[in-house]
Amino acid sequence: MSHRIEVGFKEGVTDAEGEAIKRRIEGELGIKKVESVKTIKVYIIGVDESVPRTTLEEIANKVLLDPIIQVSSVDHPIAHDFSWLIEIGKKPGVADPEGRTAETAVEDVLGRSIVPPDKGIFTSKQYLIKGDLSRSDAERIAAELLGNKMIEQWQIVDEAAYHSGFEMPLPIVRITDPPSVERINLNVSNVELLNLSRQRSVALNLKEMQTIRDYFLNPRVIEQRRIVGLDERITDCEIELLGQTWSEHCKHKIFNARINYDNGSGNTDVIDSLFNTYIKSSTSKLQEKLDWVVSTLWDNAGVIKFNDDWLLALKGETHNSPSAKDPFGGAITGIVGVYRDPMGTGMGAKIIYGTYAFCTGSPFYHGVLSPDIHPARLLEGVRKGVEAGGNKSGVPTPFGHLFFDDGFIGKPAIYVLAAGLIPAEVNGKPGWEKKADAGDLIVMCGGRIGIDGIHGATQSSMEMSDQISSEHVQIGDPFTQKKMHDFLLEARDLGLYKAITDNGAGGLSSSVGEMARMSGGLELHLDRAPLKYEGLKPWQILVSESQERMTLAVSQERINELTALARKHGVEISVLGNFTSSGKFHVLYKNRTVAYLDMSFVHEGVPQMNLKAVWKTPEQRGLFEPILFVVKNYGETIKKMLARENICSREYVARQFDHEVQGTSVIKPMVGKNSDVHSDAVVIRPLLGSDEGIAISSGINPHYGKIDTYHMAALALDEAIRRIIAVGGSLEQIAVNDNFCWPSPLIGENNPDAEYKLAQLVRANQALYDYTLAFGTPCVSGKDSMSMDALVKDKQGNKQRVSALPTIQFSAVGKIDDVTKCVTMDAKKQGDLVYVVGLTKNELGGSEIYDMIGEVGSNVPKVDAEKAKTIYNCMSEAVQMGLVHSIHGCYKGGLAVALAQTSFAGGLGMVVDLDKVPTESVFGNARILFSESASRFVVTVPKEKKEDFERVMGKVDYGCVGYITKKPVLKIKSVHGRTIIEEDIISLKQAWQEPFGT
Amino acid sequence: MKEVKACVLYGFGINCDYETKFALGKAGANAERVHITDLIEGRRSLDEFHILAIPGGFSFGDDISAGKVLANRIAYKLGEQTRAFVGSGKLLIGICNGFQVLVKMGILPCLSGDFAWQPYTQLVTLTYNDSGRFEDRWVNLLVNQNTPCVFTKSVERLQLPVRHGEGKFLTLDNVVLQRLREQGQIVLQYADKNFRKPTMTYPYNPNGSIDAIAGICDPSGRVFGLMPHPEAYWSPQNHPCWTRQKVEGNLPEEGLGLKIFRNAVEYVRGDLL
Repeated sequence: MSHRIEVGFKEGVTDAEGEAIKRRIEGELGIKKVESVKTIKVYIIGVDESVPRTTLEEIANKVLLDPIIQVSSVDHPIAHDFSWLIEIGKKPGVADPEGRTAETAVEDVLGRSIVPPDKGIFTSKQYLIKGDLSRSDAERIAAELLGNKMIEQWQIVDEAAYHSGFEMPLPIVRITDPPSVERINLNVSNVELLNLSRQRSVALNLKEMQTIRDYFLNPRVIEQRRIVGLDERITDCEIELLGQTWSEHCKHKIFNARINYDNGSGNTDVIDSLFNTYIKSSTSKLQEKLDWVVSTLWDNAGVIKFNDDWLLALKGETHNSPSAKDPFGGAITGIVGVYRDPMGTGMGAKIIYGTYAFCTGSPFYHGVLSPDIHPARLLEGVRKGVEAGGNKSGVPTPFGHLFFDDGFIGKPAIYVLAAGLIPAEVNGKPGWEKKADAGDLIVMCGGRIGIDGIHGATQSSMEMSDQISSEHVQIGDPFTQKKMHDFLLEARDLGLYKAITDNGAGGLSSSVGEMARMSGGLELHLDRAPLKYEGLKPWQILVSESQERMTLAVSQERINELTALARKHGVEISVLGNFTSSGKFHVLYKNRTVAYLDMSFVHEGVPQMNLKAVWKTPEQRGLFEPILFVVKNYGETIKKMLARENICSREYVARQFDHEVQGTSVIKPMVGKNSDVHSDAVVIRPLLGSDEGIAISSGINPHYGKIDTYHMAALALDEAIRRIIAVGGSLEQIAVNDNFCWPSPLIGENNPDAEYKLAQLVRANQALYDYTLAFGTPCVSGKDSMSMDALVKDKQGNKQRVSALPTIQFSAVGKIDDVTKCVTMDAKKQGDLVYVVGLTKNELGGSEIYDMIGEVGSNVPKVDAEKAKTIYNCMSEAVQMGLVHSIHGCYKGGLAVALAQTSFAGGLGMVVDLDKVPTESVFGNARILFSESASRFVVTVPKEKKEDFERVMGKVDYGCVGYITKKPVLKIKSVHGRTIIEEDIISLKQAWQEPFGT
Repeated sequence: MKEVKACVLYGFGINCDYETKFALGKAGANAERVHITDLIEGRRSLDEFHILAIPGGFSFGDDISAGKVLANRIAYKLGEQTRAFVGSGKLLIGICNGFQVLVKMGILPCLSGDFAWQPYTQLVTLTYNDSGRFEDRWVNLLVNQNTPCVFTKSVERLQLPVRHGEGKFLTLDNVVLQRLREQGQIVLQYADKNFRKPTMTYPYNPNGSIDAIAGICDPSGRVFGLMPHPEAYWSPQNHPCWTRQKVEGNLPEEGLGLKIFRNAVEYVRGDLL
């Protein structure tokens, strides 16, 4: 039976959560009649009937209650005096980490467990809303603000109904069918093959299904299968295993496709794999030249040298589909999941930071589309997810971007990245290597397996629609992973395992499968895996993506030590079989074979796709420069520019992420006199006590891709590098991670311009190749997500296909030899000279100012890599020599925004003469102020360093454009010497802070 | 000279163990990270140490309420050892989540000053910030000059980061608050922009704590709990405005948060070695 223990606030105690919800009901839902919102936490405890009431009261008072501010009750409702009560609990099968913690806590206090294994403690929450609200108001509040139907269930009652009897169903998973294995005949028609792929949601195309059929009908294969008790039919485990391993998510089939590319001239080139042709070949060439590039493009993360004793592992990911359906769950799973990439790289890293980029529809969207989750709520959900995931993991989240475009209303691009340190040597061997040998044990550690997250890998390769069910949603649990992380670092240093990898997409099928490539085979016993509840089918155990799991290869003689260490940390581990050299992917359940495939077929059997790409130039697409472009009131325009959603302050995000845990922070995300303006990049020193550090940044701006994705990619890379340079980094050692999020370039119904989208992808890759080579900044790791499309209902209820802008994020990490020389972007001293470094050109295509007037334009900024390199090297030298007081890159909104931010961050005024700005040709005040030409900086230099600074700048384009004043006013003079802007910096800052608050 | 030995707890979601150990080491202690289970199962003992630090983090994921589950684990499984440790005149510091643990165990504020304290009688708490948010921001702190707290000796003011969602200090009633005031147990208070006086104004008081309380001690001053993170200011470059301080010529030699740990080490050297 189950009991309800409720915990609510005492009268008179502030219910901060309730009050915040009240504000959101008014602000986000526009329901104004709410008088109050109160919250009550509910613990539903499943116990045997013999447990006496006194024990339950002991649990309530000692385990669950904060007696200073709360009251509790057992099996007696606390709630009273409300109009509507909404109680929200988890759906069956959805992880409930707090319930699990409560079970542990009860054991600590009682000294024994009272919760039988088939029951548990489950949490839910009551929201008591008082006010003149209708039931439909309450339903909206539940569905649109408090709950998420994907993972939660709720009840809504008024006070009378509540007191006449209320029950919340226990979210216990009950699977009645006994676990079974299905065998499927593949000797069928093409139509039936495709039906099979669809029915099982494995997202395999016809050619892939035919390849699988041919394998299974091969007499040699049949003969071997008979020995282990199988036949020519494929088992459900096998088709699921192939579906995961061959998914776009895992195999990057588009990046490895053979592409016929027409560059717009009608001539066609053949590109045999974008990945090999552009990414891998650039990285390989750079790896030959650069001794600090250690291990790239094969392991879970790329590895570079940090110093003689430490390596740095870096990996970026996206978690778009899950975040679209459950923003909090998707994002927390994303950030906690990406930590496992460096953790599972080489012999395993200690995570030292994470970063993020959230690309969503405008939070202020009021257009015709009516998505299930409004962008404002989606953004808050993913933000909260990264907050919970990062903060609770003890990993600083110091840098990120928000980018808004309504193309992301269907599917958002939710980027997360993590980096960690690996010892250069682990027990006498290079820390970036690992090896699983035949005979080693397959050890799974971390969380248990449930039905959550089944088909994550295949779903993320599909268009978003309603058919995704709660089975595909996972909710990361940072606490479980944190314990595992502590455990793994100790196990690594004690030499208790030989190889490690992450259980991510595809679950065991992928992690064990990948690791078994080192030994040449595996024997995996699914019935030995610990489950959250009984009844899972073998194929579900094999592909479940239940979180917080890692797979280890452990030699027989160390397993007892490893088990003891795991127990100390409260981490569950289990031996699931062993690695072999049989060449077979051999899976068993209760000693019967359920999958038996050649390793080579699993890993190399997927057929190459053939695709066509046709580029259309901006002219062919009818893009042109606006004929008339006049700014009348510069003061008003600069304020509007500062308040634009892609430029304005995001301080509220930075503040809610712990950005200085681990004690490594040097340049924080918010800098300046009042620490309230965004830094160009952040700097940490991962080794406490050392002055060696790293600068962390990223660059992203999909708007330029409307004109040409080649330049979009070049600009994103240049931005990431520019940010590193701005805080004091140098081109000597910058590594990058590339993250593509693309609308599907596969031909299909509703995708008429697939060939153009693929051409956009080709061009972005060409830029990646050209510019990473030119800058000497290798892509050490990367990731792609190739289905940024969704069907979204409009207000009439009709479904519209919404495709996101092609998006690439480059995340950069730059080595800093001496962090004490770093600089920030804020003006520091009255009388300092203001310089603009780099050439301002007539490049407003895709700019914020054009967007403000409803234009795209065609003069997209172009990166001149050779000139940029000279600028960056000169800037680095100036920093090393201590010649500058501040550096701020010019990004979106151009010089106008960079000058204003430099000034108001420092709490100091500035006088600027536009005539002194180095330009390609004279082309007017507005274009000088708002052009978004690449590779430029605003720099402040103490007067006494003027000559030194100019000598270091040498032949670089620069101009001394003005000076810093005590008077807090930004004054800008036109090319003809007329004052066109004279604005109080406080009002400029207010305009910039206004949209999202602080 | 004999060594000052410090035990830094870790495990089960504690996050700031590495930097707390580092800061104690920089302050002169021989500091060691010790897993909670190793103490519970007797592989290690608090007897080995002079200083016990419970660092910040999210022990048990902040589930149920911040610090509560770890507080119970320590109270029920390490209660005797902890009692003996503080009873013998040694030093205990709880930072952020560690402070939450100390108040939820009832070891702070220990109004009577008797460390045979009645477990599970909680008199104060740290709960959800009025803003309803977790926030990471630097605050100005005024140090009570009439406190017995050994950790803040000769410190008048301090800037440190707070990084919490549940840092609002409340007492059971006014009697408790009055006793805290009278016994000098209020050690740190959030101060206004110019360090003039304690403040209830957000964001200078980041959470709405009563009396702007940021840290308290027991009547002897040897048990100290605080929400701000002194270990996060071990280096001058930790300060959010250090590049400005450098230009202005007032960049300190070392991180000013270290003073808290130096005081602890010096106390041990003077009184316990």
